Amino acid sequence: MSALLEADGLRLRFGAAPALDGVSVAIWPGEVVAVVGESGSGKSTLLRALSGQITADAGTVHYAGQDVLALSEAGRRRLMRTEWGYVHQNARDGLRLGVSAGGNVGERLMAAGERRYDSIREVAAHWMERVELDPSRMDEPPRNFSGGMQQRLQIARCLVTEPRLVFMDEPTGGLDVSVQARLLDLIRKLAKEMGLAVFLVTHDIAAARLLAHRILVMRRGQVVEEGLADRVLDDPRHPYTQLLVSSVLAA
Amino acid sequence: MSAAVQEAGGYNFAYLDEATKRMIRRAILKGLAIPGHQIPFGAREMPLPYGWGTGGIQVTASVLGPRDRLKVIDQGADDTTNAVSIRRFFQRVAGVKVTTRTAEATVIQTRHRIPERPLTEGQVLVFQVPMPEPLFRLEPRLAETRRLHALGDYSLAQLRLYEDIARQGETGSSYNHPVMVNGRYLMSPSPIPGYDNPKLHRSAAILLFGAGREKKIYAVPPWTEVSSLDFDDHPFRPMLAAAPCAFCGSRDSYKDEIVSDDRGGRVFVCSDTDHCRENQR
Repeated sequence: MSALLEADGLRLRFGAAPALDGVSVAIWPGEVVAVVGESGSGKSTLLRALSGQITADAGTVHYAGQDVLALSEAGRRRLMRTEWGYVHQNARDGLRLGVSAGGNVGERLMAAGERRYDSIREVAAHWMERVELDPSRMDEPPRNFSGGMQQRLQIARCLVTEPRLVFMDEPTGGLDVSVQARLLDLIRKLAKEMGLAVFLVTHDIAAARLLAHRILVMRRGQVVEEGLADRVLDDPRHPYTQLLVSSVLAA
Repeated sequence: MSAAVQEAGGYNFAYLDEATKRMIRRAILKGLAIPGHQIPFGAREMPLPYGWGTGGIQVTASVLGPRDRLKVIDQGADDTTNAVSIRRFFQRVAGVKVTTRTAEATVIQTRHRIPERPLTEGQVLVFQVPMPEPLFRLEPRLAETRRLHALGDYSLAQLRLYEDIARQGETGSSYNHPVMVNGRYLMSPSPIPGYDNPKLHRSAAILLFGAGREKKIYAVPPWTEVSSLDFDDHPFRPMLAAAPCAFCGSRDSYKDEIVSDDRGGRVFVCSDTDHCRENQR
């Protein structure tokens, strides 16, 4: 078995500041990898570089054997809406607010060439149910939904084409704790059921512990520590990881 | 041609100078070579306001020859202000013969309709287009719409259709319903009623579209496949008023609804005045 997504020696500078300084990552099929670190450590930049949204100054990214950076825009878009999913921190960035919930979920199906209205509705209803939304509300606009529901709708919209790899950028950011817990539970369940590989960026150590199999700790554009989730969190070796883990507030 | 030039008092035949006409003809040829694709062109100031047919009038001026016979319609009618003034304009600046009969015309400039009588080979239909971009209102960035056209990614338009059916039970656009041209480009048919959409398919006439304000020209060559965007299980169904025409009794032509008195009386009459007159004969 080979890695699903493999990046090697990624480097990127924003002016004088190195955002990525020789980062190498591999994500295996069905694996949840979390990247933790403080603001400005390069987590989100790494996410964007891996998903091909920005091009690194140096380094390679391979997905299932193909060179992501060498893909044409058409190829990248095809990948982005079939094999990949992207969950934004703010559900409003990932959803079309002028379009009904069902339309939001069905868009990727239509992009993939589905031309039967009834089957789009059927699949959209099924997916709303899977993310614990009431399918009878599928013709309502997303603004009628609460923040947590919008986030679940965004996840349904991503997963409807059964992608193999999902990028998540702080999926629980800005939600209150009980809603966070429910969302984390849902993501964990879906990832397990579908055998999803997830690349998760978060500053929430608790979320990383709950979801991730493996954790990368980033600081100043470098991966300072990498290992199994419980090993990194319970036995942190790098001084920065020790600081990070000890900074978590216990309720 | 010289007579026409003299009549117009030193002006070039058909108003535009020859360099402009050549530029517009090049855009038209490109448009015909890539059916449904919008070609930018340097639209000139015309002696009428934007929205009154500045694009159509430039295309007409560029394809018009001295032996042509011109017909101009506005919403199907030959006797509305816009149609009359554009017809008179070309009589004056080109000295061409004009007609109100679809069968006799070689060039027809139209706003919002396709004549009922089937067009024949050799005829040119020139549309006045207010907004050439079919993805307008779906994607606000024009740079992005160009990218979507290049990639052939029309899921947004399909999504709009989905929304219409989900909200209203049927496709909501009774006019300006987007079409796929030659299986490649999504095209705005200019705001013609959906009833006219099927006439675009394998049309014998050349169809030219000019948008003056947006500075775009596009075209559909004769016998090109044009299909209205729809779902397999919700096929595109053009709407037609059930009532017959109050003048000619036609049931299969497109009607205008007219208020006939101040007590709520309404009548339906053919929107195509030439077709109606022929039926009455």
